[in-house]
Amino acid sequence: MRPVYVRGVGLHPFGRFADRTLTGLGVEAVRAALTDADVGRGGFQAAFCGTVYGGVATGHKVLTRLGLSGVPTVNVEAGCASGGAALSLAAAQVASGQHDTVLVLGVEKMPRGMIRSSFFDPWREEAGLAATPAYFALRAQRLMLESDVSARDLAAVSVKNHLHGVENPYAMYRKALSLDDVLASPIVCPPLRLLMLCAPNEGAAAVVVSAVPHAAAPIRIAAAVLRSHLAGSVLGEHTPLAGLAGDAVPTPTELAARAAWDESALGPDDIDLAEVQDTDAAREILSVEELGLCPRHAGGRWVRDAGGTMGSRLPVNASGGLLSKGEPLGASALGQVVELTWQLRGAAGARQVAGARVGLAHTVGRGANACVTILQR
Amino acid sequence: MPPSRPIAAGLFDIVDGIAHLRASRCDACAHLQFPACDTCPYCGSATSTPTLVGPGGTLRLFTAVRARPPGYRGPLPFGFGVVELDGAGLQVITRLTEPDPDRLHVGQHVRLVLEPLCTDDDGTTVVTYAFTPEASP
Repeated sequence: MRPVYVRGVGLHPFGRFADRTLTGLGVEAVRAALTDADVGRGGFQAAFCGTVYGGVATGHKVLTRLGLSGVPTVNVEAGCASGGAALSLAAAQVASGQHDTVLVLGVEKMPRGMIRSSFFDPWREEAGLAATPAYFALRAQRLMLESDVSARDLAAVSVKNHLHGVENPYAMYRKALSLDDVLASPIVCPPLRLLMLCAPNEGAAAVVVSAVPHAAAPIRIAAAVLRSHLAGSVLGEHTPLAGLAGDAVPTPTELAARAAWDESALGPDDIDLAEVQDTDAAREILSVEELGLCPRHAGGRWVRDAGGTMGSRLPVNASGGLLSKGEPLGASALGQVVELTWQLRGAAGARQVAGARVGLAHTVGRGANACVTILQR
Repeated sequence: MPPSRPIAAGLFDIVDGIAHLRASRCDACAHLQFPACDTCPYCGSATSTPTLVGPGGTLRLFTAVRARPPGYRGPLPFGFGVVELDGAGLQVITRLTEPDPDRLHVGQHVRLVLEPLCTDDDGTTVVTYAFTPEASP
């Protein structure tokens, strides 16, 4: 297998854009990525488009608008990991030599309010057994029962990511919050409050994956992994109605992380910064623990020791994470890859993590699907 | 009595006046699954035996839903949690009849009940399952 590089990246801001179509968001991100990669018409041989709510032929519509249709184009749905799934497919095609350069994009315009998913049988929605924030709340409560994570620790995660987001022009919320702001925000599903949850929104991201590195900054894809769930965990991201008592089933994130360490021959100590799933504040702590970036059940201490903050050993969600950027499902994982690429190039401006050489991106959600991508300068 | 219907077929049954959930036990690996299914998610075996579980259990996790989720037809707020069924090795995601978190605690004994959720346009009452706290001994 030959090395695979991030040759170019492009991003459309995450937010709400009533006057722009889904295709329009994608066009902007793809155009920026192709320019960054110095790849023109005929310069890529396949395209993968991550989207969940985009509908039929979402990626084709973007490429049609750009006059770039003709290559094999596949739309990829893998829940919150859709963009990572698309990236893993593209990376495999380049690594195997099937193609030299593959375009990956992720686009989304989420409906407002609580996320609705065709995943659920209608009766589960009718009965109230499909409420996404309620599942998040039960996972948060379990985390708090099994370790010493407090409501204040959850608030601290949200404060950290919103502070990081102030420096990110691509984020939806660029306002610093205090612990009191978070702890005084309305309860959505206890123990989770409004400012501990991310907002579904809109955005697009694109990555040109290639056997040829970017002219100025070779950044290698050291791992691009997708995993799904195993049966048995009642609170698994596959949102079953039952599971085993005494659940010790590895999570999709743990499975993906394990595979990513194997694929990259790297480990948690090698990671200089990470962009992880933070759909709610507890999820960031769970993500960090499941990825092995802090010991299991030590997430509370990690937060209280300023873990993940800028200037710490391993900044987490330097971009502001989904808590400040918002979550456009199909674009969120590739948005992380764009952020890591800028960071590893030293081009992240006021939110630059000094000297970053290795970055990890992670999302997990519906399916269940978890993806872990590791980039190395 | 107005007519009523279960919210979906195959979820629960009343036996001798007591509500149970309809699970299945895999004939090959013995894992329980709810709702009952033909093919075991643990081992892939295609033979299983219908098994009633409940009604008693222990509350493991709980929260409350205060804003109306898309498609939801019942009253607000409502309790939502994880209950571990007595002696079954099985945990279920469930509605809780008690929506006030201050009146719930982890480890509390709870009991399966069937409760009216909403009414169809033709007046039929839609019934679903939930767990309700048992009086402290």
